[in-house]
Amino acid sequence: MSTDATLANITDAEQGSSLWKDAWHRLRKNKMAVGGLFVLMLMCIAALLTPWLAPYSYEEQNLILGAAPPSAQHWLGTDTLGRDLLTRLLYGGRISLAVGFIATAVALLIGVLYGTVAGYFGGRIDAVMMRLVDILYALPFMIFIILLMVIFGRNILLLFLAIGAVEWLTMARIVRGQVQTLRQQEFVEAAVSLGLSQWTIISRHLIPNTLGPVIVYTTLTIPSVMLFEAFLSFLGLGIQPPQSSWGLLISYGVETMEEYPWLLIFPGLALSITLFALNFLGDGLRDALDPRTSKD
Amino acid sequence: MGRFILQRLLQAIPVLLVVITATFFLVRAAPGGPFSAEKAVPPEVLKALEERYQLNQPVLNQYFSYLGDLAHGDLGPSFRFPGRSVNEMIFAGLPTTAELGLYALLISMLLGTTAGVVAALKPNTAQDYIPMSTAMIGICLPSFLLGPLLMLVFGIWLEWVPVSGWGNIPGDKILPALTLASGYTAYVARLSRGGMLEVMSQDYIRTARAKGLPEWVVVIKHGLRGGLIPVVAFAGPAFAGLLSGSFVVETIFQIPGLGRFYVQAAFNRDYTMIMGTTVFFAALIILFNLLSDILAVWLNPKLRQQYSSHSG
Amino acid sequence: MALLEVNNLSTWFHTRNGVVKAVDDVSFSVAEGETLAIVGESGSGKSVCCYSLLGLIPMPPGKIESGTALFNGRDLLALSERELRGIRGNEIATIFQDPMTSLNPYLTIGEQLIEPLIYHRDMSRKKARIRAIELLDAVGIPRAEHRFDSYAFQFSGGMRQRVMIAMALIAEPRLLIADEPTTALDVTIQAQTLKLISELQTQRNLAVIFISHDLAVVANIADRVAVMKDGKIVETNTTTAIYSKPQHPYTQTLLKAIPDGGKVQQADIADTPLLEICRLKTWFNISGKKNTRSGKKDTRKKSDGSAKGSSANDHTVKAVDDVTLTIRRHEILGIVGESGSGKSTLGRSILQLVKPTGGSVKYGGDELTTLSRRQMKPYRRRMQMIFQDPYASLNPRMSVFDALAEPLLYHGLATRKTVLAEVLALMDDVGLAADSIRKYPHEFSGGQRQRIAIGRAIATKPEFIIADEPVSALDVTIQAQILELILQLVDKHNLTMLFISHDLSVVRYICDRVAVMHQGKLIESGATETLWHHPQQSYTQSLLAAVPSLQASHN
Repeated sequence: MSTDATLANITDAEQGSSLWKDAWHRLRKNKMAVGGLFVLMLMCIAALLTPWLAPYSYEEQNLILGAAPPSAQHWLGTDTLGRDLLTRLLYGGRISLAVGFIATAVALLIGVLYGTVAGYFGGRIDAVMMRLVDILYALPFMIFIILLMVIFGRNILLLFLAIGAVEWLTMARIVRGQVQTLRQQEFVEAAVSLGLSQWTIISRHLIPNTLGPVIVYTTLTIPSVMLFEAFLSFLGLGIQPPQSSWGLLISYGVETMEEYPWLLIFPGLALSITLFALNFLGDGLRDALDPRTSKD
Repeated sequence: MGRFILQRLLQAIPVLLVVITATFFLVRAAPGGPFSAEKAVPPEVLKALEERYQLNQPVLNQYFSYLGDLAHGDLGPSFRFPGRSVNEMIFAGLPTTAELGLYALLISMLLGTTAGVVAALKPNTAQDYIPMSTAMIGICLPSFLLGPLLMLVFGIWLEWVPVSGWGNIPGDKILPALTLASGYTAYVARLSRGGMLEVMSQDYIRTARAKGLPEWVVVIKHGLRGGLIPVVAFAGPAFAGLLSGSFVVETIFQIPGLGRFYVQAAFNRDYTMIMGTTVFFAALIILFNLLSDILAVWLNPKLRQQYSSHSG
Repeated sequence: MALLEVNNLSTWFHTRNGVVKAVDDVSFSVAEGETLAIVGESGSGKSVCCYSLLGLIPMPPGKIESGTALFNGRDLLALSERELRGIRGNEIATIFQDPMTSLNPYLTIGEQLIEPLIYHRDMSRKKARIRAIELLDAVGIPRAEHRFDSYAFQFSGGMRQRVMIAMALIAEPRLLIADEPTTALDVTIQAQTLKLISELQTQRNLAVIFISHDLAVVANIADRVAVMKDGKIVETNTTTAIYSKPQHPYTQTLLKAIPDGGKVQQADIADTPLLEICRLKTWFNISGKKNTRSGKKDTRKKSDGSAKGSSANDHTVKAVDDVTLTIRRHEILGIVGESGSGKSTLGRSILQLVKPTGGSVKYGGDELTTLSRRQMKPYRRRMQMIFQDPYASLNPRMSVFDALAEPLLYHGLATRKTVLAEVLALMDDVGLAADSIRKYPHEFSGGQRQRIAIGRAIATKPEFIIADEPVSALDVTIQAQILELILQLVDKHNLTMLFISHDLSVVRYICDRVAVMHQGKLIESGATETLWHHPQQSYTQSLLAAVPSLQASHN
């Protein structure tokens, strides 16, 4: 076969559809998941552009106005100090989303590396590494983090680290399980018998095949992290004023909910909608990436 | 089985020791002593206080004497409430929290598994969508949001139920228990749906149907056991979650339980109290994880035999 | 008079991607005491056909579009779910393919056995227990009374299937549907199970519908055979007629695809050894985590068939035990053995995919067992492997091009510029259309996937290939094609091959020499036809006797 002929042949070749492409097609059919993705993108854009989008300045008080219900000037009303709630929600969202994404990224990084190493090398290395995870798992982290917050003050950086440090455990377990299963698959044995280097096997044959569950779990970790941050802030142990987050706004809202219910309802809505979006997206991704559904 | 339990109990000891040690040194590493937080205390008073709480001794000595006390079940005196011991405070709050937690656990397990199983029997129909969408709401409406909302709607606007307290007015236990249970009910529902779906697609379910068994026998006798194993395994972590959930719920509804004490202690920087409760909670959580592990093994005949055959 | 008469049955599945006519206008009948075999390849609709009668197909997406099924005068398809339930397990019983997954792992087998009696006969548990123990005894479960309270995992595969048979027969049904009841079993166990089924049938005057993909198995057990293809029955006739005078072209293809007889063209075998294996041992430690990663397959088999196995004590499995073997250039050497015999581990030990515990493997005179991973690399190019499961042996995220280009580029056998042409040449070699080069494994059928895997194995231009059950996951017609391809490639590229299989007919058809493995040891070897006609060891004799063969039906 001449090279020209082969090239001509290739341009005629049917474009195969990779599992990623298939998954994307399935995801697109899931209205809830697409809706979740859309809402999430809106939220992220709003968070990135907050300084330009926010109608008022973050600290601008209007004590004469006080707490006012939603109006044309203040779409979501104002708080007891007359601060614009929409502005505060936008700024709070930045923090909430940042905590969610950054802490998850920390968990992702540690978990994937740790899990891959343990699963790939197996044997004693795996036994020791997973025993450590078991012990850490048994620790009541939620309580530890509260302790940390109490002792070292409410530092955002510490919060990222602390939450990330908890969430990586599950990620490590998932990745390790995946790698271990894959390690026994014949295609990995085939790669070994082809003489490929360990690094090539890990990067080309193992990691791409673990990505499905990792993506799903990541999507579901973000809301649980955000929830945890909100939980701490609600108790007064998370984000500290003058910074704000949705959890903190909710806790203020609760104090005055009898007189000014909108101060509770809007931050609550913001948090819930984001959680909904992330969970629907996560569920949709799970269905789309599940190899069992990909066969039909 | 006995050996398995013993093995797990032995494993729990280092974990508990890690918790105690970490807690102890974290508290000692805190910037500023427990008495330097607010206004300046006269040096002689400070000295007397430090002597009283043995803070003037070398840290290691303090550590070992703390361990020694713990071995006797003594969690030490409270820094903030002179004259009261941590033990007293824990046992003052425990019954309330335990009652609240028990209700929530019961609600979440019963309601959650029922919803999950019902949904799994007819997947992708209304019978599936309705409970599962409700569960999604349970997951996305955290207790610190749901609690106040329930309070606002049913307590303040509709005035159907009391809005705070515990055991004073009839019906005042409803909202806190529901609030605490909601998230876990939802998780349990999702888990049991997943578990049941998995099991109901197994070959042995087809065998049971091929034998002409009534559908309820197929579901309950052949399906439920395997389907609920994930739920059982989740019960341990769920308990830990309920415990921390009680911090919020007790704060919102002003319930004088352990959770509220803990949050107050955290605010007051009552270090011995925080330490004591942390150790106490940790021990409880480890215990519940142990129970849920044992139950999961016991439910699975294969694992059960594995562990008993090793012991002889 | 027929006990069951099915007329014009159609079962369709309404999926998102359109309607699948799983069963399309099918008619057949079974009389009392008669065995009807329904034969077909995977996806032919043979199982759906029988499950439709019992209401065991998931609806939706399944739907019975038309037809009648008169059983004892009643139309099964017109019955309510409740009435049908009264027939299932009572008058019509079923045995399924995989006895491991078909028994409930959470309930004792006794509990599962007595259920039909309790729900169909209102029998007391005590009485039911006595009946169950009698029946367990009758199907050949030793110490039945003690085993009543055991769980499924405590039995070996063959014993589990006996339990399934007892469970099916306990309510004394008139019709038994056996869906590939011996496919998951080893050949000797298969022979025993088939014998048991026909004995019970004669005793009880049972009607049996025997669903199978294996014409050879069916030949020995059925009175009549129906051949199914794409949801339709293409031919029904008496067993003798089907095998001696097949009418339909598909039946003829099926029969021709069964490997029968010895290798037609003997290879030109040089007398120089390529591989010398001496006292090779590969032992696994079960309790410890050591070696589990490659040894898992065998340890799992071990725990399944806990009765057999080759363990010295509780913790060591001697998967390969003191094997000495020479493979000569250009020969195809077959390794046969039942599950757990250590044949796969032997192959992997030769390639150093599993580190042997002791002994030596010499390749062209070079010792392999002492080499490091790095030192092994040049040998890896020269020795390749073809795996059993075409679904697991290809990376699902790599296209055909990626899979075939990887070894070429990695071993420097092609450059970025020439790799495309090389890949296309390989695809041509293994019979894959060039326009599927960008496709991914899940877009191919099992047979085509196995072609890709074979292409990958020959990409590095190896001298020696180990084929580990390369056709056992494939349908018989596809199997014939792949065997043909393997013979072709061996000839064309002057390959030496170690062909591992549990299927003696396949081995006989393709191998020049055969070695028999049992419990980790190599017990006998020799030229294929010599071994076939004059087996020395009693194990080999029993193995060969158990092979279902078409010849049997002609007598």
